[in-house]
Amino acid sequence: MSTSTDTLVLYGQHFSSRLLLGTSRYPSPQILLDAIALAQPAMLTASLRRQTASPEASQSFWHLLRDAQVPVLPNTAGCHSIQEAVTTAEMAREVFETDWIKLELIGDDYTLQPDTLNLPEAASRLIKSGFKVLPYCTEDLVLCQRLVDVGCQAVMPWAAPIGTGKGPTNPHALRTLRERLNVPLIVDAGLGLPSHACQVMEWGFDAVLLNTAVALSQDPVRMARAFADAVNAGRAAFLAGAMQAQESAQPSTPVMGTPFWHQA
Amino acid sequence: MSKPLQVFINQQAVELPIGASLADAVQHAKLEPPFAAAVNLQFVPKQQYAQHALQHGDKIELISPITGG
Repeated sequence: MSTSTDTLVLYGQHFSSRLLLGTSRYPSPQILLDAIALAQPAMLTASLRRQTASPEASQSFWHLLRDAQVPVLPNTAGCHSIQEAVTTAEMAREVFETDWIKLELIGDDYTLQPDTLNLPEAASRLIKSGFKVLPYCTEDLVLCQRLVDVGCQAVMPWAAPIGTGKGPTNPHALRTLRERLNVPLIVDAGLGLPSHACQVMEWGFDAVLLNTAVALSQDPVRMARAFADAVNAGRAAFLAGAMQAQESAQPSTPVMGTPFWHQA
Repeated sequence: MSKPLQVFINQQAVELPIGASLADAVQHAKLEPPFAAAVNLQFVPKQQYAQHALQHGDKIELISPITGG
């Protein structure tokens, strides 16, 4: 399969990019816009909050989102109950005029670990209300299977806690997840380096969602491009199929006809 | 004279006239659009603001777009 026809398909919708980009913590709106222009992400995440004393910030971000012309993926960040998440999603649908929702249901404030016990119920309610739900979850196989069972057509396991940049802390579980589930899998949260993104794409993950790794780098615009390249390289490597690792050296140059040959 | 209606807009106590609707609360908040509203953790679509009568103690949330990950 050529990479040009290899699109990410989520809920029947095709995306030419396999990178989803967060919009928070950039040094300036212009740097965010420049990062978007170079990374060409499939979607941009956004959120909803009470207006502060300076409503201009919200207005400015709203116009930036419109100018970027990239589909918006609203999140339910900060929600701690099913009802909070459902209501926030409904509010996001009206504001952003989209059925897409990144479902975040936090179970522990210190680690920002998802509430794995209530996540399937929240996802189920949203799907029944017509949402295209992308749930932020752990790499737990049974949890991810339950999310698929209630109708999620893609799931988003973390690589590590949000904002840590540690990269995949449980490679075995992530790879097991990839082997066991047939839905698109998006690694969301915890990536810090382009090599982390490349790694999970080589394992067969379908996309990555990033924010802090780009926004808090020394040069977010350059880093956005680096991640986009890494995602493409990892995907191409997955499609190409890696060689089997060998225990002993195998000469790559033919041995036959070697001059001055001698047996060691 | 009857007591005014006390509600909470984004956790701030606000007094509105008896019989006030969510549309009145939104007008009181003087928000820049876009925003969405919920009352007592239930979403209220924009088209229903005028018909949604407020009750004493209602908790109104009005939220707007912001950056997110």
